[in-house]
Parts: sequence; C-alpha cells; structure tokens
Amino acid sequence: MIKTDAIIIGAGPTGLFAVHQLGIIGLKCEIIDNLDRAGGQCIELYPDKPIYDIPAIPECTGEELTNGLLKQVAPFKANFHLNQRVEEIKKENNLWILKTNKGNAFSAPNVIIAGGVGSFEPRKLTLKEAEKFEGSQIFYSVANKNLFQNKKISIFGGGDSALDWALELSKTNQVTLIHRRAEFRGAAHTLNEVKQKEKEGKILIKTPYNLTSVEGDKIMTGIEIKHEDGKLEKIKTDYILSFFGLIMKLGPIAEWGLNIDKKTIPVNTETFQTNKEGIFAIGDICTYPGKLKLILSGFHEGALAARACFKRAKPNETYRFEFTTASKNIHDRLGVKK
Amino acid sequence: MLALFLFIHIFRIMPKITYISHDGKKNTVEVPVGLTVMEGALQNNIQGIDADCGGSMACATCHVYVPENWYDKLEKVQDAEQDMLDMAYEPKKNSRLSCQIIISDQLDGLEVTTPIKQT
Repeated sequence: MIKTDAIIIGAGPTGLFAVHQLGIIGLKCEIIDNLDRAGGQCIELYPDKPIYDIPAIPECTGEELTNGLLKQVAPFKANFHLNQRVEEIKKENNLWILKTNKGNAFSAPNVIIAGGVGSFEPRKLTLKEAEKFEGSQIFYSVANKNLFQNKKISIFGGGDSALDWALELSKTNQVTLIHRRAEFRGAAHTLNEVKQKEKEGKILIKTPYNLTSVEGDKIMTGIEIKHEDGKLEKIKTDYILSFFGLIMKLGPIAEWGLNIDKKTIPVNTETFQTNKEGIFAIGDICTYPGKLKLILSGFHEGALAARACFKRAKPNETYRFEFTTASKNIHDRLGVKK
Repeated sequence: MLALFLFIHIFRIMPKITYISHDGKKNTVEVPVGLTVMEGALQNNIQGIDADCGGSMACATCHVYVPENWYDKLEKVQDAEQDMLDMAYEPKKNSRLSCQIIISDQLDGLEVTTPIKQT
C-alpha cells in the first residue's frame, strides 16, 4: 500500500498541473492513468494539432504542452502509475483507499479526479459473436507478435496501427487488410510499402469492405466481409486484429457514489470538492455553473483543489499563501539554486 | 415600429432540425443558424449524440447518418473528418460527424439519424 497526501486520477494536462500545485505547497502525490504515457487527450487525440489558448503560449501542440508540463512537475518526483485504471475506492476512517486493475493499492486523505471524459479503451468490434473470441483470436493490440507465425491474419482499420502491423506481420504470415473505404490514412512511406507488398502478393487488401460475421463455434475459423455494393466474401482467418482507435469511457468512476450529471461530476467551486469529502474533481470531468472545458480552466481548478487538499493532508498546520517569485520554501521544493 | 423590428429579429424563424433515433423516434427542434447539429442536440437534451471531445473533431461520438437528399447539400467531408469516421461505431457511406455540420437557413428541414450507440 502506497501512502501519500493526494492521489490524482488522470495524467492529462489538468492532472499534471495539479501535481505542480500540490508540489509547491509541500504535498506529495501519486498519479494514475490508463494510457501508457502522460498527456491524456492532448497526447492521444491531438498530439500534432496546435492549441492557441494557453496563456503566454501563443501556439503549441498537444505533445509540446505535455512535455512542458512534465518538465514543470519534474522537481516534485511524483510517481506515475500508467497502464492501469482505478477500479475501486473506499473510505477507511479519514483515508481513501484505491485499488487499480493491476493490483496496486494506494491510501491518501485526498483524491483528485482529473479524468477528462473517462479512461481510454480500444474500440471493440461491434459484432456480438466476436466477444467470445476476444483475447484468444481477436485482439485490439499486439502484446506478443510471436503468437503469429504462419497464420492467416485479418487486420481491420485504415490508420497507422493497421498499416504498420500489416507490414510487420506479413513477413511471417498471410495477411489480409480490410478497410471500410478505399483510402488509407497513414504515413506516405508506410502506404507505399503496403502497396508494394500487395503487388508482391504478401498482403491482400480488401476495400471497401466491412465485417459482417465471424465463423466458428469454439474456435474461430473464418470471417465474412461485405463489399459496399453488397457482395459477400469469406476469408479463412486464424486471428483478427482490429484497430479502430480509442474511445473514452467513464468506467468505474460512475460506481463510486459520486453525484454524476451527464458524465460530469458537480463540484463546489471554492474547493472543487465533490459530494464526497476528500474527493475532488477538476478539468473536463467536473461541472459547475459557467464551466468551460478549457485546459486553462483545468489549471485554475487544480490550484484551488490543491489548497483544499492541504487542510486534509496536514490538519495541524496552517496553510499560508506564498508566491513562487518570493518564497524560499517553494524555491527549495522546486530545487532552485541561488 | 421598433418593437415590431425587435420582435421579428428576436423571434426570427430558426431552421428546424429533425433527429431520428435508431428505432425511428423523431424529435424536431429549432436550432439557431451558426450552431452545429451536434450543439443543437446537446442543447435540446436529445439522446444519441455524446460529443465527448466537445466538437474538436477528435472522437467520433457525435456520429450521424444523413439521408442522401440532404447529404449532397452539406459541405463536403474533409479528410480529417473522414479519418475520424473510420473510428465511429458502424460508419456508412452517408455518415457524418454532427459537430462538422453547421446550421444554415438552407438546412431548414434537415433530418439526421443517430446510430444505435456512439461508443
């Protein structure tokens, strides 16, 4: 069990800046995210898209913003717990106990939910009968490519993941790449390579096709796909790889007894506390009259929530407001050398 | 005279947009010119459009189907929208992201159908 002053759920820009705000007032924190890296929507949805409304930064990409924040919070040495989702939360005396799906446990008087629109998860195939093969013959990511040797693999999707894996797996397998429209979206050189492999007969490309059924009872033996004009076609398949991007799901947060209004959590705007004492919500996931879903709003919300955390983390101390320009305490915490 | 002018200005007729659920339930609302079909749904509490990313063309959860006679009247789909539609739930040829359809007087009477689900 990891004990700390505050646990932050969500490592997007809002969660990252909350690390900073907790850090400069002397509170420790742990930060948990379901993605494999920090940055949240900024890094997952629009890493290359410019953002124009971060104060004093006329233009930056989602990736640049994330990197800047990571650099800014580095002095506080917060621990990042990535690739895991908080599954349960319960109260013991004055502390919140959190458990993740990786089996990690945390304890703290404060929990800050900076969960955006929820955790990112792969979009699954829409066919009901696909479910029973998920994890055995149908995958949404590749954990172990050695599984695929001399197999028949059907890959769905039109983006970089689909193209990259088609290329990689075509070295040792029979690969069919299936997409709902004729255009693929990917790096130009990848596309050229795929086309080359198609000419060589190493990759079979099927467009515009959609998946209509998977065949087999205990073991999947094949799939049926449908052309835009209605023509059906069967393809022998040992494994399906499906790359339709990530979707955001509120997930277990909905079960924690918090008031929830249209996937958002109402908060008190003085402290950003939810209806549960010691649980705060900031960023896109919180709501209050006049709420704007802007990154800059998330920064403000985190600053106020951090101050509210202080009272619960250090009940015997008095919080004193200090400026980063003048405070020796803050300079020490930031590791500023004079 | 001024009162009449204000009256016409404030109560000018807004385009009517019809949202049809996957099981055929129709919901017709007036949406001000300049808003998007997605915003029209959210402001009128119409189910079936989630709009998780808030209209930044980054999530495909405001996906709708547009009947052919209306589809051709809309501004053409840009590459970025088409790419996002690949990620939508059961996209079809007449799929659009409703955050990219901006309401104009020409779209008065537009009908869109929401998919069974968005995610």
